[in-house]
Amino acid sequence: MIILAIDTSNQPLSVAVLQDNQLLATTTFNYHQKDHSTMLLPLIADLLQRVDLQPDQLDRIVVAQGPGSYTGLRIGVTAAKTLAFVLKKELVGISSLAVLAAPLQPENQNTVIVPLFDARRQCVFAGIYQQKKQQLINLLPDQHLTLAELTAKLQKFPKVILVGHDAQQFNQQLQAELTNKITLATGVFDYPQAYQLGLLGRTAAPVEIHSFVPRYLRVTQAEKYWLAHHQEKLNEPLVEKF
Amino acid sequence: MNKTNRELILAFESSCDETSVAVIENGNKILSNVIATQINSQRRFGGVVPEVASRHHIEQVTICLADALERAKVDYQDLNAVAVTYGPGLVGALLVGVTAAKTVAFAHDLPLVPVNHMAGHIYAARFAGEIKFPALALLVSGGHTELVYLKEPNSYQIIGETRDDAAGEAYDKVGRVLGIDYPAGRKIDELAHQGHDTFKFPRAMLKDDNFDFSFSGLKSAFINTMHHADQVQQQLNQADLAASFQQSVIDVLVAKTMHALRQYPVKQLILAGGVAANTGLRTALGDAMEKYHPTVTLLKAPLSLCGDNAAMIGAAAHVAFQAGERADLTLNADPSLEFDWIK
Repeated sequence: MIILAIDTSNQPLSVAVLQDNQLLATTTFNYHQKDHSTMLLPLIADLLQRVDLQPDQLDRIVVAQGPGSYTGLRIGVTAAKTLAFVLKKELVGISSLAVLAAPLQPENQNTVIVPLFDARRQCVFAGIYQQKKQQLINLLPDQHLTLAELTAKLQKFPKVILVGHDAQQFNQQLQAELTNKITLATGVFDYPQAYQLGLLGRTAAPVEIHSFVPRYLRVTQAEKYWLAHHQEKLNEPLVEKF
Repeated sequence: MNKTNRELILAFESSCDETSVAVIENGNKILSNVIATQINSQRRFGGVVPEVASRHHIEQVTICLADALERAKVDYQDLNAVAVTYGPGLVGALLVGVTAAKTVAFAHDLPLVPVNHMAGHIYAARFAGEIKFPALALLVSGGHTELVYLKEPNSYQIIGETRDDAAGEAYDKVGRVLGIDYPAGRKIDELAHQGHDTFKFPRAMLKDDNFDFSFSGLKSAFINTMHHADQVQQQLNQADLAASFQQSVIDVLVAKTMHALRQYPVKQLILAGGVAANTGLRTALGDAMEKYHPTVTLLKAPLSLCGDNAAMIGAAAHVAFQAGERADLTLNADPSLEFDWIK
C-alpha cells in the first residue's frame, strides 16, 4: 500500500510517502507557518516525483486531523480530502496529538503520555495516551482544557511524560503541581513526523470523504455566544446548496 | 469529448460566504454552477464571521465539486484548466478554494488559472452578452465599490473606488439599524419602492473631479436621523427611510459613472457585483445611459449571477487562460488583491 501522510496542524509542516510500513521519502519544515499554503502542494509533488510515483499510484491519504491551528488544519485537510476524492483513494484522519505520543515507548507500561499544544490563555489541547502491547491507547480523548483541569486529570497517574514543542513552556507549572511525576520528552520528540502519522494511518479504517473536516475541538467564539443566547433551534439548514 | 472543439474550465470560488464550483464551456456557457450559501448560518451573527465561513467551506468543497462535475456530465480528462479565486476576500475562506483547486490541478496535471474575484464579478456580465472593448465596469458589492476600465480582454484598471465603506456594506449597516436581517440589500430595495426620498440624505463627493465614492457619511447621517427620532420618540416612515437611503446611493453611483464615461469613451458599460441585483440601481442606470450616453451599450450581469458564484470565475478564467495566465502550485490566497490603478 502506497501512503501519503500530511501534517500541517501546527507550525511544523511534515509530509511522508510510505510503502506499507517502509518510509520512501519525508520532509519536515519548522519555519514560518504562513508558508503552509505555498509549500504543501509543491512538496507533495516533489516527494512523489523523487520516488518515481504518479499521484494516481497512491492508495491512501493520511492526514493529521487536529487539534491544531485552524487555518493550518484546513490547508492539510482540504488537500487530503480533495486528493482522495478526485483520485478515488482512501482517506484516513489521525489525531495530531497521537502523532506526537506514538514514538514514545516508556519503560513502565503504566506511564501515561500527554501530548499537548498551547491553546493560549492558560489553555491547552491535550489527550492522555498509553503504550500497551505495542499499541497506542487513548485514555482521555483529545480536548481543549485549562491547565488546571489537565493537572486534576493527571493526579491519578503514577508517571507522566509530556511531549510536544509547546510542552516546554508548561513544564514548570505542571511540575509544581505534580511533583516527581512529570518527565519532559524533548529533542526529536518535539516535532510531529509524517512517517509516524503514516504508520498510525496505515491500519486505521478509511472514512467518508465529503463529511471529513478538521477536529478543531472548539466551537468558534461567535457560535459559542450565539448558542448561549439562543435556546431555539434553527428551522433552516445552515448551508443551502442550489 | 474532443478537447479541440470545446474548452472546459473547472472553477472554484470561496472568497466569502458562498462555496461554489462550476464547469464553464468556452467562457460563455454554464454547464454547471453549484453554490452552497452560508446565509442562514451567518445571519445568526448579523454578518460574516470569518472562522465560521472557513469551516463551512471545508464542509462543502468536495460536495460542490462532485455535483458540478456530475451536472456538467464531464470528467477530469475532459477539462482544459482549473481556475480559482485567489483574492480579494477572507484569507481563511480563500485558502480552502485555493488549496482544493491546486490539488485538482496537481492530481490531474491540469493548468491552474488564478482569478481576481472582481474580474469574476465583471465577467458575470459575459453570460448576458458579449463584452465590447474598451469597456467600463461599475462594480458594486458588499466589499467593493469601484469603476474599472477594460481596455482589452484580460486588462483591468481601476479609475475610482470607495474611500471608506462599500455600497453593499452601507446597505447591511443601515439594515441593522432598521432591524432587517443580514444581508439587507434586497429587503431595503423592496422597501424603497414603497416610499419616497423625503429625508434628502447627503450625496458624498458628487462635485469632486474624481471617480471615488464615499458611503460612510451617508450611513452616519442615516443612523443619526434614526437616533434623533428615537430620542424625541418620533416614528419615522420605514419605506421613506429606505427610499431616501437608496436614492442617495443610486444618485452617487450613477453620477460618478456618467462622469467617468465622459472622460473614458467606451463602447460598453458593465454593471456587476452583488449590489448590481438592486432593481432601483438597474433601472436608474439604464435611464441615465439612455439619456446621456445612448451610443454606449449597457451590459448588466444577470440577476442570478450578481452574487458570488464560480460560473463568473470560470468566465473570467477563460479570458485569462487564453491570454496565457498560469499559476503554479505555490499559488497563495491574497486577501487584499486589487487591480492596478490606471496610469
